[in-house]
Amino acid sequence: MTERIIIAGAGGQGIMIMGKVLAEAAMRENKFVTWLPCYGAEVRGGTAYCMVTVADKEIGSPWIDLADTLIIMNNPSLLRFKNRVKNKGFVILNSSLVKDSLKGNFLILKHDFSDIASRLGNIKIANMAALGAYAAKKKTVKMATLLEVIRNMAKGYKQELFGINKLALLSVSK
Amino acid sequence: MVKKKILITGNEALAEGAIQAGCLFYAGYPITPQNELIACMSKRMIEMGRVFIQAESELAAINMVYGASAAGARSMTSSSSPGVSLKQEGISYLAGAELPCVIVNIMRGGPGLGNIAPAQSDYFQATRGGGHGDYRCIVLSPSSVQEAYEHMFKAFDLADKYHIPVIVLGDGMLGQMMEPLIIKPTNHESQTKNQKPWALTGCKGRKPNVVKSFFMAEGDLEKFNLKLQDKYREIENKEARYEGLFLDQAQELIMVAYGSMARIAKQALLNLRDKKLKAGFIRPITLWPFPKEIFGQVVRKNPKVKFLVLEMSYGQMVEDVKLAVNGRAVVEFLGRSGGGILSEDEIIKYAKSI
Repeated sequence: MTERIIIAGAGGQGIMIMGKVLAEAAMRENKFVTWLPCYGAEVRGGTAYCMVTVADKEIGSPWIDLADTLIIMNNPSLLRFKNRVKNKGFVILNSSLVKDSLKGNFLILKHDFSDIASRLGNIKIANMAALGAYAAKKKTVKMATLLEVIRNMAKGYKQELFGINKLALLSVSK
Repeated sequence: MVKKKILITGNEALAEGAIQAGCLFYAGYPITPQNELIACMSKRMIEMGRVFIQAESELAAINMVYGASAAGARSMTSSSSPGVSLKQEGISYLAGAELPCVIVNIMRGGPGLGNIAPAQSDYFQATRGGGHGDYRCIVLSPSSVQEAYEHMFKAFDLADKYHIPVIVLGDGMLGQMMEPLIIKPTNHESQTKNQKPWALTGCKGRKPNVVKSFFMAEGDLEKFNLKLQDKYREIENKEARYEGLFLDQAQELIMVAYGSMARIAKQALLNLRDKKLKAGFIRPITLWPFPKEIFGQVVRKNPKVKFLVLEMSYGQMVEDVKLAVNGRAVVEFLGRSGGGILSEDEIIKYAKSI
């Protein structure tokens, strides 16, 4: 099993942490994993994407040419990465911000993650909603492991941080 | 300390490795893509009660390392390509004064300010001295986060053993990627308390020590240079290292790559072997001294073997491969730099064409 995932959006959407949570969960499940960040010199609002590879054997390149899964959190990212997914690959679109359509032989899952997050009380957790949707479909890592990772990451911060991220993670995965 | 597994960037692994290897002094100046290293040091060195200085420039940092090393401390600095160019005068002085130190270069695209994408275009600078004068630095090239951590121990040990600057040469991909790192219990710190009788520690009750790279009296510099050259020959004889795959049988093609590039090359190689191509793999771990011997051994097994050198540059290590092969076999090259990274498919396509 080798699963290559490209996660893309705007700086500030929590693209890097999505990848980190997934990568950390994969490590906890004793899988091989690499995480590679790419971002411009700008921070909030600029392009941001990361590449995560999860495998049951040693991973060569952390750089991904053609992904098995694309998670697209805004429209510019769709335009940039629409040719970077395999035929029959899996594409998750944040329909709150992705307005263009995607043609091709893909399995496409659309949810308005940013709106879901706003309704839960914090637009910043759209990333966890998308990650939850991904994990529920692909089962690359267990949801329980993802929860364990975010609980651990939220340690030392406000109590409600874990709770709201947990809600987001499970929001569209049931 | 118990064995533990953590998810960490290459840059942080280099910093943590340095700390576990007993680095007492760090000076540096921020630059992408090695910032996680200096950021980690700024926190961890203070926690450990050691010295961390964010210097006013790269020049200041390398000269602070000179001072700390002369005083006997395990010392290091780190930067990325343009910043390492600025340090070259200091590195030449460290080599001339025979001072141990570790310099990490997380390479990015060049020349000039270039960009912040991963590259391997400082190979010449690292392996040929880089600054003025007839000198060499030992150059280590990790290709995983685990190796980045482990190479720091090796780097400090070699620096102390041979009184020489050691460069750990990575690239932006290695620096910024995260991978699981297994930290094993170590008693390395006890080994770092080695005596440095030559260090400038205050000469009360003993003859003053002298640390310098200035030899004006007639004949002195030549004598000193010959001593340096003897040291370099000893290092060439004893310290060259590589990782080899499938080298025990005769092969038709040998891929040669180091650092991050070697990971992609290895993947391509395994793919080609699945398609029944007789191929092997050499990954130099020390770039200087370059592991020349193995190339001769490979050619002796099959005089018709071809080498394919893969780099994130337009052809630098390929010159060392050609020197090692010395005209006895064909040496091909494929490389990209300035932001482009060779893909497995590009490598396979090229390998099949030769």
